[in-house]
Amino acid sequence: MSNKQDDIIICRCEEVTLGEIREWIAKGYDTFDELKRVLRVGMGPCQGRGCRDIILREIAKMTGKPYAEIPPGRFRPPAKPVKLGAIAKAGEAE
Amino acid sequence: MTWKNTADAVIVGGGIQGCSIAYHLAKFGMKNVVVLEKNTVCSGSTGRCGAGIRAQWGTEMNCRFGLASLEKFEQLHEELGMDCGLHQGGYLMVAYKESEFEQLKKNIALQNKLGIKSRVVTYDEAREICPGLSADDAVGFTYHNRDGHADPFLTTFAYQEAAKRLGVIFHKFTECMDVKVENGEVKGVSTNRGDIYAPVVVNAAGGYSQEVAKMAGVDIPNFSERHEIIITEPVEKGVCPPMLMSFSGNYYIQQRPHGSIIGGCSPEGHPEDYTCGNSWQFLEKMSKTITKLLPRTKGIRVVRQWSGLYNMTPDRQPILCEADNVKGFYLSVGYSGHGFMFGPISGELLAQKILGQEPRISIEPLHYKRFERGELIIEPAVV
Ligand SMILES: Cc1cc2nc3c(=O)[nH]c(=O)nc-3n(C[C@H](O)[C@H](O)[C@H](O)COP(=O)(O)OP(=O)(O)OC[C@H]3O[C@@H](n4cnc5c(N)ncnc54)[C@H](O)[C@@H]3O)c2cc1C
Repeated sequence: MSNKQDDIIICRCEEVTLGEIREWIAKGYDTFDELKRVLRVGMGPCQGRGCRDIILREIAKMTGKPYAEIPPGRFRPPAKPVKLGAIAKAGEAE
Repeated sequence: MTWKNTADAVIVGGGIQGCSIAYHLAKFGMKNVVVLEKNTVCSGSTGRCGAGIRAQWGTEMNCRFGLASLEKFEQLHEELGMDCGLHQGGYLMVAYKESEFEQLKKNIALQNKLGIKSRVVTYDEAREICPGLSADDAVGFTYHNRDGHADPFLTTFAYQEAAKRLGVIFHKFTECMDVKVENGEVKGVSTNRGDIYAPVVVNAAGGYSQEVAKMAGVDIPNFSERHEIIITEPVEKGVCPPMLMSFSGNYYIQQRPHGSIIGGCSPEGHPEDYTCGNSWQFLEKMSKTITKLLPRTKGIRVVRQWSGLYNMTPDRQPILCEADNVKGFYLSVGYSGHGFMFGPISGELLAQKILGQEPRISIEPLHYKRFERGELIIEPAVV
């Protein structure tokens, strides 16, 4: 049962499985930002919109800490991916 | 993690420097090594850097450090038991001024003398190395194929994991608040979680090195400067295989093995504070630079923008030494924009020094006393 669960892909942008996430939480990487750095979860185009919550819950479950106490990790701009060409051109128009 | 209030060495800072020093101390036989990190490992400059690695330098010391580090990176996976994302696509240096190109050629002569097989390349060759490159306005190029990139997170975590296996203890969310000194000798540290007594304390606090030095009563001229950087969505390989770098053009751009493209440049002025904010001006300037050099990137999307600290010294070279007025207090700080690539070698050399051995490359010139003596190490090849 748990093996099957381990194969579930949690971060679709970077194709990271629940098993990998569990393995690194067990090694002590029990904040979202540490998991992000070691597994790239939340670094893809969706910036963690799809996986952050599931991962925070998994951390809470494995460490026994309340969900509300797990730092949610840092959000970085831009909120949505923007084309390099569009930004370069926007500057010229000014 | 259980708290022990004694150690053989306490390292302040869990970036590449602190992790490499800790690993090497344990590897060379030291027993109780503790790393203190006020946030989490790799949350400082290391986790925010461009992670370029190169041996194309303009001073003998940097060439030696760069080459020795490359050699270590090339066998790091084997040594540490973890893939560090090494990718050797080379650094392609681009000169836009005759005087700059002359300097690059001098650097090549020095590099070649020291065993670095770098060379001058023509525009045609440059475009073979980097297809799609548009640099008609450049006057010359140099290239070294062993330069490249390593994953800054995986490299630092690989050192951390290997160090843990050798018994090193890492305390995260633990801040060094004071360094205890008695009669010119270091005695330990105070932290937000309690004291630790130790005869050796290492300042590897990156952007905060000047603050930690002050705790020990050691005066260094370091300051921290904010540098911004962007990364794109991953795209097919081959858009920018080498690191493109130019000093007069003020840029570094490289595609990571993972497919995303990173780009950064030096800020205007000296934004000297500890905030790591982002500016629209930088985003716009960098987007223009990248799309001009690599026109095919116009349709590629930026996914993230962030910034980090360069810990600067008056000659933009590191301080790697024992303090002269506080026995047992060591510093590995002030790496400006090249502290990631030097991490593997500087950690080894400082560990040798701490253990009373002769470092295999002399670190004497890197004492902070050089600033008083006016013996600055001026490196011509930095962005
Ligand atoms: C945008 C950018 C691009 C860069 N590109 C490159 C590049 O391409 N190649 C390259 O080689 N280098 C590059 N650098 C430089 C490189 O990031 C740094 O030189 C290097 O990471 C320094 O490592 P460190 O371990 O000294 O510092 P850090 O990684 O900053 O580690 C220091 C740690 O100490 C902790 N700390 C501070 N004070 C305390 C305290 N009192 N108690 C406990 N912990 C404390 C901090 O939280 C931090 O984690 C770049 C830097 C930036 C910002």
